[in-house]
Amino acid sequence: MATSTPTRDTHAPPPRSSGPTSAQRQKWRSRLWRFDDKASPYAYIAPFFLVFGAFGLYPLVYTGWIAMHRVEMTGLDQMQWVGWDNFSKILQDSEFWTAVSNTFLIGVMSTVPQLLVALGLAHLLNYKLRASTFFRTLILTPYATSVASAALVFALVFRADGGVLNWLLHFIGLGHTNWANGHWTSKIAISVIVIWRWTGYNTLIYLAAMQAVPTDLYEAASIDGASRWQQFRKVTIPSLRPTILFTIVISTIGSMQLFGEPLLLQGGAIGATGGTENQYETLSIYLYNYGWNLGHLGPAAAVAWAMLVLLLLIAAINWLIGRFVRKSAA
Amino acid sequence: MTMTSPTDAPDLRVRQAATGTPPKPGRFKERAGQQMKGGPFAYIALIVVGIGSILPLYWTLVAASHTQDEVLNTTPPFLPGGRLLHNLDAAWNQAHLGKAIVNSIIVSSCITTATLFFCTLAGYAFAKMRFRGRGWLMTAVIATLTVPPQLSVVPLFMMMSDLGWGGNLQSVIFPTLVSAFGVFFMRQYLLEALPYELVEAAKLDGANNFRIVLSVVLPVARPAMMVLGMLTFVQSWNDFFWPYLALNQQNPTLQVALGQLNASFTPDQSIVMAGALISTLPLLVVFVFFGKRIVGGIMSGAVKG
Repeated sequence: MATSTPTRDTHAPPPRSSGPTSAQRQKWRSRLWRFDDKASPYAYIAPFFLVFGAFGLYPLVYTGWIAMHRVEMTGLDQMQWVGWDNFSKILQDSEFWTAVSNTFLIGVMSTVPQLLVALGLAHLLNYKLRASTFFRTLILTPYATSVASAALVFALVFRADGGVLNWLLHFIGLGHTNWANGHWTSKIAISVIVIWRWTGYNTLIYLAAMQAVPTDLYEAASIDGASRWQQFRKVTIPSLRPTILFTIVISTIGSMQLFGEPLLLQGGAIGATGGTENQYETLSIYLYNYGWNLGHLGPAAAVAWAMLVLLLLIAAINWLIGRFVRKSAA
Repeated sequence: MTMTSPTDAPDLRVRQAATGTPPKPGRFKERAGQQMKGGPFAYIALIVVGIGSILPLYWTLVAASHTQDEVLNTTPPFLPGGRLLHNLDAAWNQAHLGKAIVNSIIVSSCITTATLFFCTLAGYAFAKMRFRGRGWLMTAVIATLTVPPQLSVVPLFMMMSDLGWGGNLQSVIFPTLVSAFGVFFMRQYLLEALPYELVEAAKLDGANNFRIVLSVVLPVARPAMMVLGMLTFVQSWNDFFWPYLALNQQNPTLQVALGQLNASFTPDQSIVMAGALISTLPLLVVFVFFGKRIVGGIMSGAVKG
């Protein structure tokens, strides 16, 4: 290259004889270059915002509009204004409140043990172990299983007649339980599916955070005579606080979405209403049942907005807890 | 003049990140040297949890290889039986499973390819390019992680029907072409793995931005793309909620077919389990070969998250 200043295009074709002068070309090129630098970042992030805008944000807002209308599955293009009717319909439906409380209960029953076990497992995996990679991979295998497969095999395990679990309970001398029919037992069954699928994932997240804890903290603690348990409580847990909060948020959002597990626990029409007495009906099932089973999309959209409100409430509570934890730590 | 090829240094770091070591090697080494040894209790607990992790999968296999009566007997079988092929065949015929497999492969590969491409581009822009609004746009990306799909399925369903995509695979593919998690994951990775000097050198060599992406960013990002690709594939393969609403019995993905197999009036549980086996097996194979990398990917994404 002859020029001393860096030029953009080393592979440019030789200038045509009738073309612009080289000075003009240079100017044009540098303008192009500047445009490239200015526009490229936006072009690179555009796909995300376009896709999210079209299939995430726009529908989210539009849901509110649909919730004010009567729309039936049989005629999707006919929308009839009904105002707040759909909202008052679901708010007066006791099944809706059952779904809210079920979602909340199953959420707590699956999240709390899951995260506690994950914390313990991560602590164990943080020791120097033989075959630790093997164990990590092993406990992550449920993550490779789909909701559908997991729910179906656990449905078989929790079956009232001929279920392995009942066989086992019978074997050790405990009685016969109709898992899916009981109010608490069905929630336990669903929580077990969730816990089984997600504990390994959360364990790895905790493990990663534990490995980032500086060693000197442990050294200082052990010089001060702290036992392993004290070190775990006074060093590990406080260092993991942001990660724990993160997993709580993620698991809470996840439990708001529980759908496949309850739908497939018994399958068929029973699954679509979350059990004969809606004993394990979650909000997603309630939405599905209104919209896709009964064909009324208006109330289904209203449920979606109710879920949004609940989610914001949970976010606010999380934020308050986070602030409280930070304050008490300071 | 030729383009400077990426040096070995970032590639090495990249490899470590992909196999589970956090990208700050020094710190990890110190820690590993002083790590306490696990006692027998740790092994026993991990073995118990490990068995618990694979027992349901084993039970899927056992149930899929017996008749339903044998599985639901007062004393259930504990070893695989000889009816596996028969049940697989029955599942295949009852639930359009052949078509479902093809559909699942199409959906997952389209989503994975698009996610990898778009997320790497966006991740690079957020990590190494300067532009107005970068900070709050990234915050917006992360915020979208907290929006569950449930909130928008009703209008989405109506939109798909308007577009004429009702029941088509496009209706499942398009909404997930690019993921917030992927953008975040690639950004975090490229922040550390891609030295700015490399981009600068390519610029001096006269490469335009897209050229830089192709010749500098992509090679450096490859290990992280592998991990993101596997995570995305697993996720889209296993996705249930939206496909179940959007697709129909004639044109399902594997998970949808599985759900429908069980929704029939009196499903034969052995055949259902055979279907579950077919849907899980490909991913288990992926896990056996790449499990370590997936583990490393989840952990490297988590440290910084």
